[in-house]
Amino acid sequence: MSRNIYSALLIFVAMMVSTLAFSGNQQHDHDGHDHSGHSHDQDGHDDDTKTADHDGHGHGDHGHTNSCGIEMEHGPYSPGAAAFHHISDQNIYNIGPWHIPLPCIMYIHGQGLDVFSSGRFAADAHGVGRKAYNKFVLFEGLASRVIDPSFPEGEVELGDHNVYALPEMINGKENEVVYVCYNGKSWKTESRSTLDGGVFGGGLTTFTDFSITKNVMSMLIILLFGFFLFRGIAKSYVAREGMAPKGTQGFMEPIFLFIQDEVCKPFLGHKWEKFQPFIMALFFFILFLNLFGQIPFFGGSNVTGSLSVTFVLAILTFLVVNLNGNKHYWEHVLWMPGVPGWVKIFVLTLVEVMGLFIKPLTLMLRLFGNITAGHMIITIFVGLIFVFGKSGENVPGSIGAIFGSTVLTLFMMAIELLVAFIQAFVFAILTASYIGAATEEAHH
Amino acid sequence: MTGSLAAIGAGLAVIGAGIGIGNIGAKAMEAIARQPEAVGDIRSNMILMAALIEGAALIAMVLAFYG
Repeated sequence: MSRNIYSALLIFVAMMVSTLAFSGNQQHDHDGHDHSGHSHDQDGHDDDTKTADHDGHGHGDHGHTNSCGIEMEHGPYSPGAAAFHHISDQNIYNIGPWHIPLPCIMYIHGQGLDVFSSGRFAADAHGVGRKAYNKFVLFEGLASRVIDPSFPEGEVELGDHNVYALPEMINGKENEVVYVCYNGKSWKTESRSTLDGGVFGGGLTTFTDFSITKNVMSMLIILLFGFFLFRGIAKSYVAREGMAPKGTQGFMEPIFLFIQDEVCKPFLGHKWEKFQPFIMALFFFILFLNLFGQIPFFGGSNVTGSLSVTFVLAILTFLVVNLNGNKHYWEHVLWMPGVPGWVKIFVLTLVEVMGLFIKPLTLMLRLFGNITAGHMIITIFVGLIFVFGKSGENVPGSIGAIFGSTVLTLFMMAIELLVAFIQAFVFAILTASYIGAATEEAHH
Repeated sequence: MTGSLAAIGAGLAVIGAGIGIGNIGAKAMEAIARQPEAVGDIRSNMILMAALIEGAALIAMVLAFYG
């Protein structure tokens, strides 16, 4: 069975290399962006990553001009662009109407570490900074650095709407480049820092971003939550030995046992006790993060829908599978018995070696795709209000769409609850089956 | 009209995966109806197979939108 699947996946080899680059510059790759609507002054409405409400505001027929004389053109409200903005990582954490600043940790090559709070940017309701700090500016919650060395260090007052993005063609793709307006002049900023430093595309950067972003913060929160939850459960197992489970313990035990009985025991083989902690850690980490991302008005973090996070999870799986692979496993990957030599050299070994990498690649893409799609659909359904209401001009349209959108959004969120469980389960079951296949003993 | 070819590609990928996962679901239902006591085994294997098909479809979709 597995060989058929590998040969069907033959055409995806080219993907392997390019994926590295994708994971780096995903922030900038979305087509058809129109964020210009954000330049409008918003008077005191909530900015939340789930509600998308500000994107629809104030799309009149006039544009806003900033102090550099750049006319912000207002295209029609674009639900896709708004959704992309809301699922991206940010340097600030929004809980309802509140902006919680997060630490920015920037390593500037040749200069050393620069640590400061993103509160220094004095972000407005859109996450667009009113101030620059040490050449860093904030645009839609994301920090970027001015290229020109003559831009002043330290805190610089910019005023409203003076950080903006313009589309620019880079390598045949339309990307957004963030500009800063200061002293009546436009200053270009660098692209986002990536793990590869921009070697695989996205442009070389003079700094590396180690900031505690919204996603990192969510992961830390979930880490602490998981730690205290499971510590409490472990304690009650000790305290209530021999008695029926109670409280949280009683709630978590069936879930734990379900994974143990449905995933670990059948798929991991005779060594299931050795690998069960890894599978459980993966399952609960992904499950909690999926569910955490579902909470409306609470940051709406899209952690498991971020390629970087799923990439690391997939790498962990790859390492655990291949470091624990026994002689039998490697024999079947590299020099399988019972097949003519030329078939091995030209076809099967090639396919099997590719399969080693395709397995974690699909794990990564599956989780990313499912969670991102869910988040995007919810934001787009909310955006229906602005599509039907012509961005606030057509009040009856808005009111009608509010009811439709509420029903659709609730329906989608219910489905997403299901998907949160299914994807965590699927990630665990696939990891378990890969580990099981790698550690299975020979039975010729 | 930018991106419309990519959308067609994504749609084709979804059709393929839809047929595949539909077949798995149908056969699993049949199998469960024939042998209700094997429901646990069938369910995990059904999800496993659906996930593998979904993986291929997802790669196609990512290629369509990011490639």
